[in-house]
Amino acid sequence: MIRTLLSRDLPRSRPLSAMLLVVLLGLMLAPFLVSGARSLNVAATICVFVVLVASYDLLLGYTGIVSFAHTMFYGIGAYGVGLALHGMGPSWWAVFVGTAGALSLSLVLALVIGLFSLRVRAIFYAMITLAVASAFSVVASQMSDFTGGEDGRTFKVPEILQPSFRLFDAEILGRVVDGKLITYYLVFFSALALFLFMLRIVNSPFGRVLQAIRENDFRAEALGYRTVIYRTLANCLGALIATLAGVLMALWLRYVGPKTMLSFEVMTDILLIVVIGGMGTIYGAVIGSALFILAQNYLQVLMAQASAAMSGIPFLANLFHPDRWLLWLGVLFVLSVYFFPTGIVGRLRIKALLRGRP
Amino acid sequence: MTTEHPVLSTHGVSIRFGGHIAVNNVSCEFRPGTLTAIVGPNGAGKTTYFNLMSGQLSPTAGTVRLYGEDVTHLGAPQRTKRGIGRAFQLTNLFPNLTVLENVRLTVQSRAGLGLNMISMWGSHVELIEKAEHFLHVTALSERRHELAAALSHGDKRKLEIAILLALEPDIFMFDEPTAGMSVDEVPVVLDLIHHIKALGDKTILLVEHKMDVVRSLADRIIVLHNGYLVADGDPAEVMASPIVQEAYLGTGMADHV
Repeated sequence: MIRTLLSRDLPRSRPLSAMLLVVLLGLMLAPFLVSGARSLNVAATICVFVVLVASYDLLLGYTGIVSFAHTMFYGIGAYGVGLALHGMGPSWWAVFVGTAGALSLSLVLALVIGLFSLRVRAIFYAMITLAVASAFSVVASQMSDFTGGEDGRTFKVPEILQPSFRLFDAEILGRVVDGKLITYYLVFFSALALFLFMLRIVNSPFGRVLQAIRENDFRAEALGYRTVIYRTLANCLGALIATLAGVLMALWLRYVGPKTMLSFEVMTDILLIVVIGGMGTIYGAVIGSALFILAQNYLQVLMAQASAAMSGIPFLANLFHPDRWLLWLGVLFVLSVYFFPTGIVGRLRIKALLRGRP
Repeated sequence: MTTEHPVLSTHGVSIRFGGHIAVNNVSCEFRPGTLTAIVGPNGAGKTTYFNLMSGQLSPTAGTVRLYGEDVTHLGAPQRTKRGIGRAFQLTNLFPNLTVLENVRLTVQSRAGLGLNMISMWGSHVELIEKAEHFLHVTALSERRHELAAALSHGDKRKLEIAILLALEPDIFMFDEPTAGMSVDEVPVVLDLIHHIKALGDKTILLVEHKMDVVRSLADRIIVLHNGYLVADGDPAEVMASPIVQEAYLGTGMADHV
C-alpha cells in the first residue's frame, strides 16, 4: 500500500525515512502541537512550498530545464483565486472559476514559452523565462485597479474557511474546529496529494524519459523520443502544479500581493530549497522546504537567544545579533552546498547507492 | 536474400560547415541482406555521412530516402521510429543512469510507452525482461546495476551495441564498434554483427578502420575521401583499385590494407 502510494520510490535511507516521517507527522498534527497563528502559518507555508519546490524539481532536477518563470505560475494561481474571490464574493464557485481561469492561463503561457523556446539552448531559455516573468510581475503591479497594485488584495474566502466559522462547539484535543483549522487541512491534504502525484509522474515511463533527456538529450532523440514534446509537457505540468500551489497559498493567507506571490525573492527561495534538499529526488523538496522555512522564520528568534546568552562577550554577541540572521542563512547555504553538493537527500542516499541497489 | 528495392538511399547529399564541405554530392543505395563497409581516412566524412542518414544532421543539398519515402527533413526520432538504429562512435550514453536503465529506456521507446505518466515504470516487467535479454547477449548482465559512467571503455562500447540491438531496427549503423576495445572483447562484437547478418533481412552499415574486420564481414565496400564517394563495389575489387591504394597510402594506412 505504502509502496504503491510512493510509486515504489522509497526513501532508501533510514535517516531520510525518519526525517520525512517527522516532517509528515509534524505537519499533519501541527494545529494540535503548536499554538499561535504564526507557527500554523509556518506549517502551511511549508506545505505549499513542498508542492512548489517539487514542481520546480520536476523541471530542474528531472528534465534539466532551467526556468525562472516558476513564481509567475505560482502568482497566476494566487491572483486567479484571489481576484475571483475579491470580485465575485466569497463562494466556492468563485474559487472554482479563479482556479480554472488560472490553470488555463498558466497552461497557455507554459505552452507558448515552451514551444517557442525549448528548442533553443538552455541559457536562452532561462533568459526568456526571466524576461517573461519580470514583464508579468510589472504588469500585475501596474494594473492596480484590477490587481490592487503593490498593495495587493485582501479578500474573503468561502464561509467554511473563514476563521470565525465553527464546525461545532466542542473542542478536539483542546482546539476549536474553526475555519482556519479546516483551511489548514485543505492545504495539507491537497499538498500531500499533489506531492504523491508528482512522485508518481517521476517514476512513470514518462518520468524516466525526462531523466534521459536531462542526461543526454541528443541520445534520447536517437532512441526515438521527441524531446521537444517531452520538455513541453514537463514544462506544462510544472506550471500547472505551481499554479495550484499558488491557489492554496492565497486561500490560506486570504491575501494576494506582488511581494509574496510574484517577487524574484520567491524564485530565489525555490532555487535555494531545491539545491539544499537535493535535485532530482522530489523528496528533497520536503526536507529542503521544512529546513529552509523553519530557518527563515525561527533563525532570528534563535539568534536573539544566543546573542542574549553571550551578552558578556562583545564580539560574539554582535556576531549573533538577530539582525544578522540573513548573513547566517547565507553561511548555512554556502556550507550546505559545499558539503552536500547533491543536496541532503542525495547525500543520505549515497549509502544505498553504494550498496548497489537500483 | 537481396531484394531489388533499396531500404535506404541518399541522392546527391552534401553538407557544408562554413567553407568546408564535409560530404560532397554522395549518392548511394543500401539494400537489405547486405553489409556495407564504409572506409576512408580520418576526416573523410564517414561519421558525417552517417549523421545525415540517421537524422542528426540535415543536408544542405540532396535527399535521403527511407523505404522510398523522402525523410530529408525528418529528425532523428522519426527516422528511428521508421527503422534506423544507430550506435555512436564516441560512446553516447546516459551516464548517470544504470546500465539496465539505458537499455530499458530503449525498449520503452520501441514499445511506445514514453508518454505514459500514470503507471510505474517498474510495473512494466516485460520491458525490463527484454532489456535484460539484450544485456545478456552483449555480456553485460553482471553490470546491470552499475552507472553507465562507471563502465570501462570496452563495456561502454558493448552497452552502445546493446542499445542498438534493443532498438530492433531494420537498418543497423555501426560507427567503429570495436575502436579502443581490448583484443578479447572484439570477438563478442564481431559475433553479434555476424549474427545480425545471418538473419538475412537486415541492412547493415559499418564504419570500420580494421581491414581484417572489413574483409571478413563486408559484402560491399564504399570509400569516402575528402567528402567524395571515390569507390563503391565488391570488397576485393575496391581494395585493389588504385584510388583506394592512393587514399590509404596518403594516411599511412597501407599496411592495414
